[in-house]
Amino acid sequence: MARVLLDPTSERRPAERALTARPPSLEGVTVGLLDISKSRGDVVVDELQALLHADGVATLRYRKPTFARPAPVDLRHEIATHCEVVIEALAD
Amino acid sequence: MVGAMTTVPDGLVAVVKRDCPTCTLVEPVLRQLADAGALTVVCQDDPAFPRDLPVVDDRELELSWRLRIETVPTLLRMADGAESGRVEGWLRGAWEAFTGVPGLGDGLPEHRPGCGSRSVEWGVEDELARRYGGRVLTARRVELADLEDDVEALFDRGWTDGLPCVPPTEERVLRMLGGTRRAPDEVVAVVPPDLVKCTVEKVAVNAVLAGCLPEHLPVVLAAVEAACRDEFALHGVLATTWSAGPVLVVNGPVTGRLRMNSGINVLGQGNRANATIGRALQLVVRNVGGGRPGEVDRATLGNPGKVGWCFAEAEDGLRPFPPLAESRGVPGSALTVFAGAGLVPFLDQASRTPESLSRTLALVLRTVGHPKAALGMDALVVLGPEHGRVFREAGWGRERLLEELEPLLLMEPDQLRRGALGIAEGMPDALLDRPLPKFRPGGLLFAYAGGPAGMFSAVIGGWASGAAGSSPVTVPIEEV
Repeated sequence: MARVLLDPTSERRPAERALTARPPSLEGVTVGLLDISKSRGDVVVDELQALLHADGVATLRYRKPTFARPAPVDLRHEIATHCEVVIEALAD
Repeated sequence: MVGAMTTVPDGLVAVVKRDCPTCTLVEPVLRQLADAGALTVVCQDDPAFPRDLPVVDDRELELSWRLRIETVPTLLRMADGAESGRVEGWLRGAWEAFTGVPGLGDGLPEHRPGCGSRSVEWGVEDELARRYGGRVLTARRVELADLEDDVEALFDRGWTDGLPCVPPTEERVLRMLGGTRRAPDEVVAVVPPDLVKCTVEKVAVNAVLAGCLPEHLPVVLAAVEAACRDEFALHGVLATTWSAGPVLVVNGPVTGRLRMNSGINVLGQGNRANATIGRALQLVVRNVGGGRPGEVDRATLGNPGKVGWCFAEAEDGLRPFPPLAESRGVPGSALTVFAGAGLVPFLDQASRTPESLSRTLALVLRTVGHPKAALGMDALVVLGPEHGRVFREAGWGRERLLEELEPLLLMEPDQLRRGALGIAEGMPDALLDRPLPKFRPGGLLFAYAGGPAGMFSAVIGGWASGAAGSSPVTVPIEEV
């Protein structure tokens, strides 16, 4: 008789999600800069913002209330509606 | 012989086996009963026993399993297809009262206990439940190839934590589910990071993997429930680069029943319940929640307790203050989950007064996270018995100890400022207009456990605490 085991997993085959196509350039797009509230995350975001502004790229700043939890749905929605590109800053 | 049956007719039914001396003893009584009225005899091992009576052949044990027979002989009365009563073993008075037939078994002893039913023999009961119980299990069935080793197969499918696991066969999972009264399809929790609804059955499958016994299951269920409460923030505990993982402290009568270790080497290896309960929770997180190291688990270092960290508090009658769970409002069998990052044991072999010992404790506690960090992390102190004795003999309870530690854990801005002591790390200036407590209110927990010799205790440092991080959670454990 075939040996049968019971699946201990969620039985979700994780759907392969293709990444959104990268924009050929940042000209004319708005870049969201998301600080996830880790220590010194603001430093990374400040540096990135300065570099992007030097290249004439528009940016918007966002901040997660805490790095310990996923970003609130409203924040995700706001970023999605205002930005074409987002950079998330992990730092320590 | 009347062949096999899956149900029995109304009236008296006797379930016997030839191999049972009590059954052979009552053979003449069965004949007496058959003469007195309708009697169905069901035999588990020999359709020719008892001689000269029509016998239902139950060598496949389906009927015995359906009738939930535990002892032979068992005499049942069926009415409208349902059982209305039973007597087990041979007891003349009981049989006469039950059947209404006087003068049974003339010359036989008054009483003989029966034997175990073949249907409840070790391994058989599980097989019968699988064969006749209908499909109560809904987990996907995974068929192994002929050439697969069943332990290697678990590694190949990514189901293990790096150590070998027990293959979760249907029989083992059914047996595991016998450890709880909860229904297999009941949802216990929604498990991060994939936010998957986790049923009692899925917890049982992972408890089998971890090496648990069925009686461990209620503790594992409590652990899953507690760790998945929002305030524990399991997603963050899992995802963090910090070393934290769930630490389980178990209190109450369940710890004795499961022979959990709360004594020598309490935080080490060697006790099945301690080792497998903590492991089962982490396997649920891995397999059901999808939280795997290198994926959502981003720990820089981790800690050895992330394989599973579970221990019982000592109930030795010498504890300096009430159990952890009771102090958190849950008396009796209960479990507390704490986001702990590792163990820092410390010695103080000279302090004989609580004032002196609490100063040692405060110095060690100040190092949690970083000696210049305040209010960031909780801590769980595991007080060894010889240190506990110092507080007990002085009459210091938990509240008194916390009260005395408070000024000792208040840190001056000069010690905390970034750059102070020649160390860049420190607290932001905005917070340094006043002394800061090392811990938030309620952020310092005490458990009491360990071997009897050694003036040692340990601090388990936490992770980001409170509303922005993780708070400990205490839940009751189902008493089965």
